[in-house]
Amino acid sequence: MKKLMIMLIAVLVIVLALSLVSAKLTGSTTKAGAKTLTIYNWGDYIDPALIAKFEKQYGYRVVYQTFDSNEAMLTKIQQGGTSFDLVVPSDYMISKMRDEHLLLPINSKKVPNLKNIDSRFLNLSFDPANHYSVPYFWGTVGIVYNPKMLGGSKITSWNDLWNKKYRNQILLVDSAREIVGMGLNSLHYSVNDTNKKHLKQTLQKLKKLTPNIKAIVGDENKLLLPRREAAIGVLWSGDAVEIMDENPELTYVIPKEGSNVWFDNMAIPKGATNKKGAEQFINFMLDPKNAAKNAEYVGYATPNREAIRYLPKKIKNDKRFYPDKKLTDRLEVYDNFSKPVNARFNELFLEFKMNH
Amino acid sequence: MTKKWTNTYLIPYVLWIGLFVVAPLAMVLYYSFFDIQGHFSFENYLRFFTPIYLKMAISSIGYAFFITFFTLLVAYPTAYLLTRMKNRRLWLMLIILPTWINILLKAYAFIGLLGTYGPVDTLLAMSGAGRRQILFTGSSFVFVSVYLFIPFMILPIYNSLEKLNSSFVEAAYDLGASAWATFRRVIFPLTLEGVKSGCQAVFIPALSLFMLTRLIAGNRVITLGTAIEEHFLVTQDWGMGSTIAVFLILAMVVVMALMGKGWLKRW
Repeated sequence: MKKLMIMLIAVLVIVLALSLVSAKLTGSTTKAGAKTLTIYNWGDYIDPALIAKFEKQYGYRVVYQTFDSNEAMLTKIQQGGTSFDLVVPSDYMISKMRDEHLLLPINSKKVPNLKNIDSRFLNLSFDPANHYSVPYFWGTVGIVYNPKMLGGSKITSWNDLWNKKYRNQILLVDSAREIVGMGLNSLHYSVNDTNKKHLKQTLQKLKKLTPNIKAIVGDENKLLLPRREAAIGVLWSGDAVEIMDENPELTYVIPKEGSNVWFDNMAIPKGATNKKGAEQFINFMLDPKNAAKNAEYVGYATPNREAIRYLPKKIKNDKRFYPDKKLTDRLEVYDNFSKPVNARFNELFLEFKMNH
Repeated sequence: MTKKWTNTYLIPYVLWIGLFVVAPLAMVLYYSFFDIQGHFSFENYLRFFTPIYLKMAISSIGYAFFITFFTLLVAYPTAYLLTRMKNRRLWLMLIILPTWINILLKAYAFIGLLGTYGPVDTLLAMSGAGRRQILFTGSSFVFVSVYLFIPFMILPIYNSLEKLNSSFVEAAYDLGASAWATFRRVIFPLTLEGVKSGCQAVFIPALSLFMLTRLIAGNRVITLGTAIEEHFLVTQDWGMGSTIAVFLILAMVVVMALMGKGWLKRW
């Protein structure tokens, strides 16, 4: 009996202690809400030194949390109960979140550094007039390849991939939008084309690529391509940078038929408790020196025109990752598809995968 | 009084089964009746019978069958040898040990092993067989799956072999049965229970393997598991994902029924 009492008391004490701790934890976030800034961003997508600098300069405590897909982030924001002050969704997700009233407008007067952004990257289809978002990084979908393994031949277009020479040499990224987009582009259609006839043609065309495809993979391509497992990969420019860091033999090309250009953008989600801090942070990140530092750390292309001056020559003169206006004009941003259209794209991709 | 107490003890189990087994299954069934726009319909079930999904189902079942077959082929003799070993506990431990390592980690190891210029490829080249594509083929997928599932097949077979009364085997030999006849007529039928549970433990998960299809087969093998993953994570078409899951559950029920009732007993 005595033992039982002791046990019972022990349990009660633990419960009490835990509830006190949790009360303290939640209390500090709600009470000192004005003093913390909670950022929800992709993993390894900011120079940590900049967070420290921001904390010192503005006196906030920054809480940095990460997600690994737009959809995962969306689900979390939709469910509510979170207090993120700043999120970094991609382009199509911005328009989706805006339509679902999940974003708060950004007061452009509070973000004077917006003027540093290259006008090419403002006022885009997913957020006209940039009411809700400010571009953070951008990049393209393209082809990374190893000229040495291909006997010095050069790839310049999507249609080059269909060349019989490249049998069993291509690794495609396992993503419906990118691969169907590639097929559409190769037929000179827009990546946003949803015409049923065009999509059918695209499937036929993609099926013809089958003998050249070695595999359809995910992030493993960053492991496989530097190791010369295959000579050609279709992927995002940011991954290409990483691969080329590993193995300088490889190079990256944006196909001449056109391709997708994507943006990750800073935005303020509904339920933010520190909107002022979020705007200060956006402004801070748009400062040319900070943006340059961040771009050098992350490796993606910054949309900040003024920041480019502070980048090393090797980076800023690299047309593959900082293409000029002539090229970017040929690139398209993804439209936000409705669920059924999205489903059709995915089923098409599934069918293509089944046949490969 | 005692009856009441037993009922009270049941509460946690009932709660557990209700919350974590019955409720999720009911939800899967419920979701399967909603199309992508959230309207109640049977469309998903009709869609399952279109060529894409049927082909996928057939190839899933085919691969699961091969995987189970080869696993059994390796596991039975191994389990048999195991029962004749001196340090059984140690050997058993060594067989179980790999299951402690995360499956993805093992898959990545295989990418390195089977890849071009990897050890296996180099060995083949040196032996004169020449370099050939090993990774990203259907056979490498079966091979790696078999490797992963072997412990789950060995254990139940080993258990039933252990329980086998050796006097039966001796009697068979005494009565003049050959080694093969003894195995076919005595040992195998008496260990059938172990074989059945081993096959169940392999076939069902093999039907829904999904990460391996990408990592090892480079999406050359598409299983129903792949489709479920895509519908939940990418398309956000939970209805179709649930429908495929319902069919997987049905397949499982069929397999269990077949294994339980009988066609194997004719052996």
